[in-house]
Amino acid sequence: MMLDNLLAPLRKLGHSTINAVWKLGVMSRFLLAIIAHSGQSLLRFQLTIREVYFAGVLSLIIIVVSGLFVGMVLGLQGYNTLSRFGSADALGALVALSLLRELGPVLAALLFASRSGSAMTAEIGLMKATEQLEAMSVMAVDPIARVVAPRFWAGVISMPILAALFNVMGIFGGYLVGVVMIGLDEGTFWSQMQNNVDLHFDVINGLIKSLFFGIAVTLIAVFEGFDATPTAAGVSSATTRTVVTSALVILALDFVLTAFMF
Amino acid sequence: MKRSIIDLWVGIFVAIGLASVTFLALKVANLTPQSNNNSYTLIAEFDNIGGLKVKAPVKSSGVVVGRVSNIELDTQRYVARATLTLDGQYHFSRDTSAEILTAGLLGEQYVGLVQGGEEENLKPGDRLQLTSSALVLEQLIGKFMTSFAEGNNKAAAADAAAAETAP
Repeated sequence: MMLDNLLAPLRKLGHSTINAVWKLGVMSRFLLAIIAHSGQSLLRFQLTIREVYFAGVLSLIIIVVSGLFVGMVLGLQGYNTLSRFGSADALGALVALSLLRELGPVLAALLFASRSGSAMTAEIGLMKATEQLEAMSVMAVDPIARVVAPRFWAGVISMPILAALFNVMGIFGGYLVGVVMIGLDEGTFWSQMQNNVDLHFDVINGLIKSLFFGIAVTLIAVFEGFDATPTAAGVSSATTRTVVTSALVILALDFVLTAFMF
Repeated sequence: MKRSIIDLWVGIFVAIGLASVTFLALKVANLTPQSNNNSYTLIAEFDNIGGLKVKAPVKSSGVVVGRVSNIELDTQRYVARATLTLDGQYHFSRDTSAEILTAGLLGEQYVGLVQGGEEENLKPGDRLQLTSSALVLEQLIGKFMTSFAEGNNKAAAADAAAAETAP
């Protein structure tokens, strides 16, 4: 009895470890299943376009507004710090580099996870709870091909576009604060940026990052929805898990990708 | 929602994405399609290039006339060989000199070209005859310290000599 109490925490640790590994395995098999069944979503591209509308187009407003504000804050904070060292001229380079390399892909992915990822999970989870997925199987329609794969590809397509737009809006916000509001020289702002930003190293690598984030976030979202307990409480906890896991995975993946790229 | 409206919005969305990437490439990263037919290269050899990097500007009287396209070490003579790609509309005489300068106190380094007096112009692939190396701060301080110490020694020696000769 005493020994049992002592061993309980260890048993719990072992159980959660096995669970985590099991989930990772199921998720990778799920990814393979999506890729294997994505023929239909690419042939009937209309399905995917519809999901791009819901995942990508409807996220435009939040991406534009938050990109603008992040850029403006970067402009203000960067100016304060840089002017302390007498190098306020480098503001353009600071804003562009921090957005292109880190903030653009990461923040756009976090916003995308909380806006579109959670919606995907809730939708698929509710389809499961109301037995629509089973009904499809009965009608010999593969739910992975019909429901999951189009959403997955829509997320993978939308994410780099949203990240690029976020970068542009952020740079515009930095320009508004640095040049229009504070009054730095416009030519210096752009030329410092152009001298310090490299197309392959900064722009392309940032977009590759956002592509990886798109794959990770959408995979988590559709998996949690497909895996949800088919009850109201189950769908709600699956939605929460999507947002939390996506955020953690984005940040961890960001570290790994940065270590490899830069 | 009607299918045509969704198609339209997704089209706008993708167009925005393409426009963003184009903006990032052209305006932010400054990927200007270079008219390579029009440019020509010159070789400049320096004893020490300091912090000069590939893609650093080449300026003449402060105007950007080209970029450093390649830097390598000549293993025969152990000098740094920089390849300068210059805009075809600018020509320089054969006794043009090249020096490595720094923009501002801690700014980026660039190659400055000073036009010479000869009639004949440099041809593509020619080597610049007159070059001067980058100023390396440590060497500068080192020289200053040596001359300062020597000055002190001389003064001390003079003092000692004066003390000896004095009765």
